[in-house]
Amino acid sequence: MLMEYIIQALKGAINLIFTLDPEVSTVVSTSLQLSLTSTVLAAIIGTPLGIMITKFDFTGKHFLNTILNTLLSLPTVVLGLLVFSFISRRGVFGEWGLLFTMRGIIIGQVLLILPIIIALVRNAIHDVDEKMYKTAVSLGATGTQQFRLLLSEARYGIIGALITGFGRVVGEVGVSMMLGGNIKGYTRTITTAIAMETNKGRFSFGLALGIILLSISFIINYIIYYFQSGEFK
Amino acid sequence: MNNSKKLIILTVLFTLVVSFVFTNSSVIAQDRLILATTTSTENSGLLDVLIPPFEEKFNTRVDVVSVGTGKAISLAENGDADIILVHARAAEEAFVEAGYGVNRRDVMYNDFIILGPASDPAGISGMEDAGSAFKKISETSSPFVSRGDDSGTNKKELSIWSGVGIESSGNWYIETGQGMGASLNVANEKQAYILADRGTFLAYKADLDLEILVEGDPELFNPYGIIPVNPAVHNHVNYQMAMAFVGYITSQQGQKIISEYTAYGEVLFNPSAIKPENIE
Repeated sequence: MLMEYIIQALKGAINLIFTLDPEVSTVVSTSLQLSLTSTVLAAIIGTPLGIMITKFDFTGKHFLNTILNTLLSLPTVVLGLLVFSFISRRGVFGEWGLLFTMRGIIIGQVLLILPIIIALVRNAIHDVDEKMYKTAVSLGATGTQQFRLLLSEARYGIIGALITGFGRVVGEVGVSMMLGGNIKGYTRTITTAIAMETNKGRFSFGLALGIILLSISFIINYIIYYFQSGEFK
Repeated sequence: MNNSKKLIILTVLFTLVVSFVFTNSSVIAQDRLILATTTSTENSGLLDVLIPPFEEKFNTRVDVVSVGTGKAISLAENGDADIILVHARAAEEAFVEAGYGVNRRDVMYNDFIILGPASDPAGISGMEDAGSAFKKISETSSPFVSRGDDSGTNKKELSIWSGVGIESSGNWYIETGQGMGASLNVANEKQAYILADRGTFLAYKADLDLEILVEGDPELFNPYGIIPVNPAVHNHVNYQMAMAFVGYITSQQGQKIISEYTAYGEVLFNPSAIKPENIE
């Protein structure tokens, strides 16, 4: 029975990809737009914060780091509920009408991966050779130069952080479902479609969508890996 | 740095290409109507044929958010939906009574069925009264799966239990807290009894070793109502379009689409705003 599903799903996935099923293509493009936007926004906010946490000393740093590490295990549904309570019409930001829109999902997704990106960037910066950094500073590197040095020395770690963040948003279902509402042709993503198809009893179609999601993720990761390793030449 | 730039450019290019290939240009800014409804309605596929003619006629976009009936009503109470299409008469009336909804109309109905294993340990097969069947299930302590999720189906189930004065709890009573499909799978694994809506059962039928044991009791009647959110309570709601949708769904055109819709070889919903014999 199970094998049957998997074979059916594989056939279905190939079929869906090659026939460019319009419904599937909308869902795929929505997923990509959302996760890339969220990752880029979270990277812009999170990278400097990660560097700052590592490089500056301040009271409560340990506590902040512990909070950050705790947030890594934040369930998507809890975050979804939290954001929901803020952007629902009854919430503080209700009048902006963000619920059941792409923007609503993006807010949730950015908040979801912000701790991940900050924490992983923090770790990457932490691993940068302290001596080299100090040498650069003693040689009179300006603030901007220091920042660029750190970025370039920790680039693999930072790219790794972004990939992890992207992976988390592209595969999450709680936030997208709760804040987006799985609206056909608008906020339906690959993952919410999988959840819905499963509910409908169309298991192999759900699996097929899962295969498509993983394939896209594979291609993006392959490109990134290819260029990363290319730098060694 | 040069390579990093290339990397970024390539990723962006790949994304653009994929987005371009996959983008469906149908989403254009229009008037927007948020319809909160139940999963059973959306999963049946009816809305996919019912909504497009309305969208075209009124140049609007209907965004369907499908959740359980309880959740749909609470979304509307918060003002997060413009209109609801649900199935829980008592809760609907309370919603209108509290002033959140106005101008409720009957739209259509289908029915609930009691499913169970072919061995039928409680011996309810063919019974005509849902309440007595439930009574037998509890007397024999046969396993029964409840959705326990405040959905319309769950509300109906609880009202049948309370109707025969039985407290539904004990080892035999399994609450899943999940949707109809997931609950059907649990009932199937446990070979338990379950109350289900006919549409979802038909969708799952091929994968289930459960049979329809009780059907046809008027108590199992499952009417759907449509209610726009009161613009006096939530001034931002798209009330005009909501009323247009009520007009459409209860019109000859809307009712005809409902009456002609079939899935899995069966008619899933019967129109109730206009009697079948008056539909042209």
